[in-house]
Amino acid sequence: MLRYILRRALIAIPTILLISVFVFSLQKLLPGDPVLAMAGEERDAATLEFLREKYHLNDPIPVQYFNWIGNAVQGDLGMSLRTRQPVTELMAEKLPVTIQLAVMAMIFALLIGIPAGILSAVKKGTVTDYVANVVALSGLSIPNFWLGIMLILLVSVKWQWLPASGYVPLSEDFAQSVKTMLMPAFVLGTALAATLMRHTRSAMLGVLSADYVRTARAKGLAERRVVLKHAFRNALTPIVTLTALLFGELVAGAVLTEQIFTIPGFGKLVVDAVFNRDYAVVQGIVLVTAIGFIAMNLLADVLYVVLNPRLRGQ
Amino acid sequence: MPHLKTALLGTLLGATAMGLAAGAVEAKDLRIALQSDADVLDPDQSRTFVGRIVYTSLCDKLVDITPDLEIIPQLATEWTTAEDGKSITMKLREGVTFHDGTPFNAEAVAANIDRSQNLEESRRKSELASVTGTEVLGEYEIKLNLSAPDATLMAQLADRAGMMISPTAAEAAGADFGNNPVCSGPFKFSERVAQDKIVLTKFDDYWNADEYHFDSVTFLPIPDTTVRLANLQSGDIDMLERLAATDLAQAEADPNLTVESAVSLGYQGVTFNVDNGAKGDNPWGNDKRLRQAFSAAIDREAINQVVFEGSAAPGNQPFPPNSPWYDQDYPVPARDVEKAKALLAEAGFADGIDLEVQVPNTNVPLQLMQVIQAMTAEAGINISLVSKEFATLLSDQTAGDYTASQIGWSGRVDPDGNIHQFVTTDGGINDSHFSNPEVDAALNEARTLADTAARKEKYNAAMDVLMDEMPIVYVYHEKWIWALNSKLKGFTPYPDGMIRLEGVTWEE
Repeated sequence: MLRYILRRALIAIPTILLISVFVFSLQKLLPGDPVLAMAGEERDAATLEFLREKYHLNDPIPVQYFNWIGNAVQGDLGMSLRTRQPVTELMAEKLPVTIQLAVMAMIFALLIGIPAGILSAVKKGTVTDYVANVVALSGLSIPNFWLGIMLILLVSVKWQWLPASGYVPLSEDFAQSVKTMLMPAFVLGTALAATLMRHTRSAMLGVLSADYVRTARAKGLAERRVVLKHAFRNALTPIVTLTALLFGELVAGAVLTEQIFTIPGFGKLVVDAVFNRDYAVVQGIVLVTAIGFIAMNLLADVLYVVLNPRLRGQ
Repeated sequence: MPHLKTALLGTLLGATAMGLAAGAVEAKDLRIALQSDADVLDPDQSRTFVGRIVYTSLCDKLVDITPDLEIIPQLATEWTTAEDGKSITMKLREGVTFHDGTPFNAEAVAANIDRSQNLEESRRKSELASVTGTEVLGEYEIKLNLSAPDATLMAQLADRAGMMISPTAAEAAGADFGNNPVCSGPFKFSERVAQDKIVLTKFDDYWNADEYHFDSVTFLPIPDTTVRLANLQSGDIDMLERLAATDLAQAEADPNLTVESAVSLGYQGVTFNVDNGAKGDNPWGNDKRLRQAFSAAIDREAINQVVFEGSAAPGNQPFPPNSPWYDQDYPVPARDVEKAKALLAEAGFADGIDLEVQVPNTNVPLQLMQVIQAMTAEAGINISLVSKEFATLLSDQTAGDYTASQIGWSGRVDPDGNIHQFVTTDGGINDSHFSNPEVDAALNEARTLADTAARKEKYNAAMDVLMDEMPIVYVYHEKWIWALNSKLKGFTPYPDGMIRLEGVTWEE
């Protein structure tokens, strides 16, 4: 088991290196001169040249890359060109925020998606199935930003139940923190719930028609037990993979959701950094996110083995 | 006995409640939403507009402006310019301390000017280029020596170049001063979470502390205009800057909100590539009649109504029509399609001509250019729009990779800041590469003249050429629009878009 995990982890290293090259070259391909974005309105030639020198933007690109990756390996991702804060510090500040959003969104997604998937599989072809499908589809089709703004206008402006936007750290005020995150997590969660629901449904349908389920029923087990214990557990494997992969979607969705609800998380950090051509920040975030994504995949692979004893021998 | 207890308890509770209520007024935290996050909080290094809004509460300047753009005392109480214009002597306010307790005096001013001029990262060097040195004449008196008379200097000192930071803190922190800025303004720095908030708390030893009525001020960057307004309506914030024109009707209809506005110092228009690289060599760059036709074909008032719901100020010069520097000989022209057609025909394009305009890919510029596109089409100018993300647009514009570009300027208190660097031959941001000896002579001389009337004559002389050559076709001047909770009283709109909290109160 340990060997298996170790092997998977080793395979991840070249992937991460490739990603780092890709990330670095990608943002060099971005049109728009970073020093112009930095200089703002004082963009005379002397200022631009000074900034280029200062941030080593005149060096050949391979030199810039090796400088960056060399420091990155030592945990130094450079300094924000805009606010002069270390990138690692910025990320450490933003990461808990996005994790909180992601976890809360995932809770919404799981609470809605899995029961709805099971229900519509068990009640296949009935009104319940159709209703669940329509709800799931609309969750997928409604754009985040539209749903977000509608919720703000209704819940915050009209009813004044929840704060319209912003963020309070968990450590500062737990209840208030959860309150500020409810709407964004719901918006982000509904889109994921739809995907989860569809996959749960198809996995459950596959399992429910299997022989051992028929046997379980024939033994006279209660339907509840058949569905939840015998069928659902076996349907879980693909769902777990999906949940891990949804992490990527979650981060992508967080970019938009954080922008709407003005949540100072990873997503907002990266969007603002792209617009301000804050290269150091963009590179750092994309690299760390990619590593996170790979780690989640690794976790999913390990979980398979835990959930499915048949894979253990391989 | 139980009655007595209840009565006592009631009194106690009542007193506590009253105390709390009174305390709540005192302890009011003013929450202001900004359109974007500020950059580094060091007046010598920063570049953003919103950063200046934060400084208005955090850092005092040598001088300030009135809503009519007159220079008034702040940390300098009086000043005189020498006969030959080559020095300015200032008397300084006594009894002022920085937030860290360092006393404010002539030495501090000298250190500040030295830092603005010599800190490697300083962005204020060009603003103080005319200052050759300082002489401390006494504890509260200082003389600035100038290389040549500089009429623009006092206006520079009314902005970031004149902001005084604690020399002690600046010395200790160096270029990292912005992580914990120490100034002498009415509020002191408390905390910053990037992209989330900047918190300032009241500075009790401020020289004018009685005029400031909030215990703290929190600035929150909320980029989305709809969300910004929603936050104000739900009571999560007390005030916002730059309300979108499209939200104006909604905000005005809300009885809990007050809307204030002021014509900005800046402008928006279309800059033509006259001679910037190979792309400048095209009919639009070579023939002023085409640019004149473009200007004649657009209806500036209609643009104001359609794009801005009447909330902007139509314009045709680098200064808004309500500015004392506006040249009244060239009023905002009415649309004249026939004139535009005649000019095109004269230039040899009777059958029409194409024009590619690059435009920032955000709502307002796109709407503006689409309206202009429709207007000029009627005169035979077929505009194709290339929308670009702002940093890319700027890059292409600086490099000369454009024919025409929709761009503007946030504006400066002194007229020089709105015109000199854009249209003089060696101007720092003359992306048009327009060059005209008369304009150069007039604008170079204007910055040295202390007499307002004589200065105005020079600007008018430059305008005579610019209104004919039109390297930049000016279209409108934005209005700053603030929306406030109605309980907020005493706010004065300023054309520089800053939020001055002096005398602003919260009345339940």
